[in-house]
Amino acid sequence: MVGIVSYGAYIPIYRLSREAISAMWVKSLGRGEKAVANADEDSLTMGVEAVLDCLNGMERQQVDGLYFATASPPYVEKQSASIIRAAVDLREDIPTMDIAHSLRGASSAMKAAMDAVQAGSARRVMVAAAECRIPAPNSEFEAIFGDGAAAFLIGDSDVAAIIEGSYHLSSEFIDVWRKPEDAYMQTWEDRFLRDEGYLKILSQAVSALLKKHGLSPKGISKAAFYGPDARAHAAIVRAMGLDAKTQVQAPMFDSVGNTGTALAPMTLVAALEETKPGDRILYATYGDGADAFLLRVTEQIEKVRNRRGIKRHLASKLMLPGYGKYVEIRELMEWEAGRHPSRRSSLPVIWRERQHLFPLYGQKCRACGNIQFPRQRVCIYCQAKDDFELVRLSDKRGTLFTFSMDERAMEVVLPKVFSVVDLEGGGRFYSVMTDRDPSKIEVGMTLEMTFRRQLEGSGLHNYFWRVRPIRC
Amino acid sequence: MAESIRDKVAIIGMGCPPWGERWEADIFDLITEAAYEAFDDAGVEPKQIESAWVGYYATDYATTGLVVSQTLQLQQIPVTHVENGCGSGSEAIRGAAYGLASKQYDLVLALGYEKLKDTGFGGLAMAGAPGKWYPLYAAEFGAAPGRYALAATAYFRKWGLSKEEGKRTLAKISVKSHHNGARNPRAHLRREITVEQVMNAPIIAWPLGLFDCCGVTDGAAAAILCRTEDVKKFAANHPRDYITIKGFGIAASPGWGKERTDYDFTYWDATEAAAKQAYAQAGIRNPRKELSLAEVHDCFSIAELIAVESLGICEYGHGKEDVDGGAWEQGGEIPINISGGLKSFGHPIGASGCREVFEFYTQFQRKAEEPSRQLKDVKFGLAHNQGGFPGQFVCGITITGDPGL
Repeated sequence: MVGIVSYGAYIPIYRLSREAISAMWVKSLGRGEKAVANADEDSLTMGVEAVLDCLNGMERQQVDGLYFATASPPYVEKQSASIIRAAVDLREDIPTMDIAHSLRGASSAMKAAMDAVQAGSARRVMVAAAECRIPAPNSEFEAIFGDGAAAFLIGDSDVAAIIEGSYHLSSEFIDVWRKPEDAYMQTWEDRFLRDEGYLKILSQAVSALLKKHGLSPKGISKAAFYGPDARAHAAIVRAMGLDAKTQVQAPMFDSVGNTGTALAPMTLVAALEETKPGDRILYATYGDGADAFLLRVTEQIEKVRNRRGIKRHLASKLMLPGYGKYVEIRELMEWEAGRHPSRRSSLPVIWRERQHLFPLYGQKCRACGNIQFPRQRVCIYCQAKDDFELVRLSDKRGTLFTFSMDERAMEVVLPKVFSVVDLEGGGRFYSVMTDRDPSKIEVGMTLEMTFRRQLEGSGLHNYFWRVRPIRC
Repeated sequence: MAESIRDKVAIIGMGCPPWGERWEADIFDLITEAAYEAFDDAGVEPKQIESAWVGYYATDYATTGLVVSQTLQLQQIPVTHVENGCGSGSEAIRGAAYGLASKQYDLVLALGYEKLKDTGFGGLAMAGAPGKWYPLYAAEFGAAPGRYALAATAYFRKWGLSKEEGKRTLAKISVKSHHNGARNPRAHLRREITVEQVMNAPIIAWPLGLFDCCGVTDGAAAAILCRTEDVKKFAANHPRDYITIKGFGIAASPGWGKERTDYDFTYWDATEAAAKQAYAQAGIRNPRKELSLAEVHDCFSIAELIAVESLGICEYGHGKEDVDGGAWEQGGEIPINISGGLKSFGHPIGASGCREVFEFYTQFQRKAEEPSRQLKDVKFGLAHNQGGFPGQFVCGITITGDPGL
């Protein structure tokens, strides 16, 4: 039986209150807050976070594929999934693909994974979805859009939620679009999009699925599905005849925002966190059509509870002090021309050091046993030459040995916190601390690794690991 | 055991025109002024120079030794560009001295310079630091203040100083340096400051604030050297009040500090090693007692604190007592950075190593322009000059002294 073997999610630490957005534009934009990716995050790095959450306690070698869905890839041409695969240290000999362009990408990925497992071409496939869309300032989207990610491991053993069936509907209906040259999304009158698009198309897919399985809405324990905003979501709940209080997993509009491709998957993760064996979950996505899935939760769900998922990520947050900080970390303005020399990157360096930059392998000297990073040919402890084995450091925690806070660094979020971190099991990692509250940094604190985008240069995004206080 | 350089080589002329933000001068002006001041001081002609060594770091303006031969119109002689980061000036003097000691040349020029103020911003122009996997990994770790500040945090913690005590100790060092620099007409930042000003200044890289950081300065310094036996032949102006090289120490550390778990950021290992070499050559057993002055590499206040301890002038962890007791002030047990130091005199990277020797040269000749800053009884001076960052330093030490001792 094919189904969800494991799940994970990610919500960036920063939140922007709608009050701050309202204050900026002198109008009322509702309550709550939205999750905002840090300056060193994008859909790819958030995808890494969700996948690592999903892989907690799982054997990485058994993953036979990775599909990544987003409408906001860091590169328009150049795959994100291959970088995610490298960062989370999955095998090289597996198919990876990006499913972009549609908010329905996450369910397309799940369908493809299901089919691969069913066909026997893969045992386990990782499906991740992440979104980091920049809404136009002072647009209706601005208050609504949030950033986040989710991931599912699809397989046919140790299944926590069996996929009993699915229904797929493709539609040429256009609601939101963005051409390559557009900085921001475009859209149409919301009444048309809701009444003629969302309400009809999603309902049609869900009805067809229920009918296929001979179920009435009463037979659903929890429904986790997409909604463009809280009002439209509430409207479809009524139209489907679901009880909003007991049967519907709220899509976090007030706490995270609409995370696009990742919204339905994140809502499903939230549902799985609360669910019990025997529950039947309706999972549906919307965008260029709709996909609906029927899931039945098994006893195995109790074995994959140890996830940061939605709940713990949601509880761990730092409020952005105002709209200005949001403008800064999402780079919504043209800044004063920099007089510092521009950054560079180097493809040969990235290629040569791929084992070290992506899955963060250090080396352990076979002669003296000391772990060291970055690699070099001669041991920095005993001077033995070329006698090392690789040790993955990205899953190690560490203790802050010393730090400084540079207020003048060429970095969006200041101060830049330089951190010397002694890792559990040995080795020292010289790093930059992200997702931190500068007033709470202390020598001796425990830190963990996080894959981030840093140092744009030579037209490239440079990805590497940073450290952060234990998130949650 | 190799022979010691002690007293084999003499410095018979030096030049160090006032340092500062030299908006009107380019590197060729800086080099010309320093070299000619040194020629005039020694009483030699440029055409007598047989070989030259030049230390500089930023290569935007120059490459090779041509920067000196072209500027001074030296005719077909060897000119060597040496570079050891902020320690390049010491390296130039060492190269010049060894060229003489090996008797390849009889009269040579050592010069260091740097032009830092053409960039359009405070701080240094280097984007990040060179090193492993540049421009990726190494470049992430940024500029000098953030790197030196790691040592301040570690020092405070190791020696039990509260943030307030630690900051205050560092502040007193900067106040002392500014006090010295204010009375030195060649210094860049000639303004007295108070401990409270230092404590309340904007943070550059916590815990270091604006006044914990040295000046970003344009400048050059030059020295004319010959073998001691030839002083009478060349040193028309200084047949008696020349100085001799007593010892050199240069150590390029294995640079593992920031990656080895047994390094704690509270000592400079390259300084310890270079000091050992230099003290052995110079015959110095108790630097605190025997040195008349020490010019130490205080690009940051914490750098002076740790350098003085690493040089064996103060016991590890006792810097605060020395600072509180005024031991490093002009009238104290051992004047540290009587010139104003990098802090106040300025730090044009490649020039500082030469400039530090210039301070001893000036004090020894009793030529301090402002009489109140003239030291008495000047015998041995130490110039400590280092490039790199905590955990990965190259250190150059030059001990000079009274030829009669």
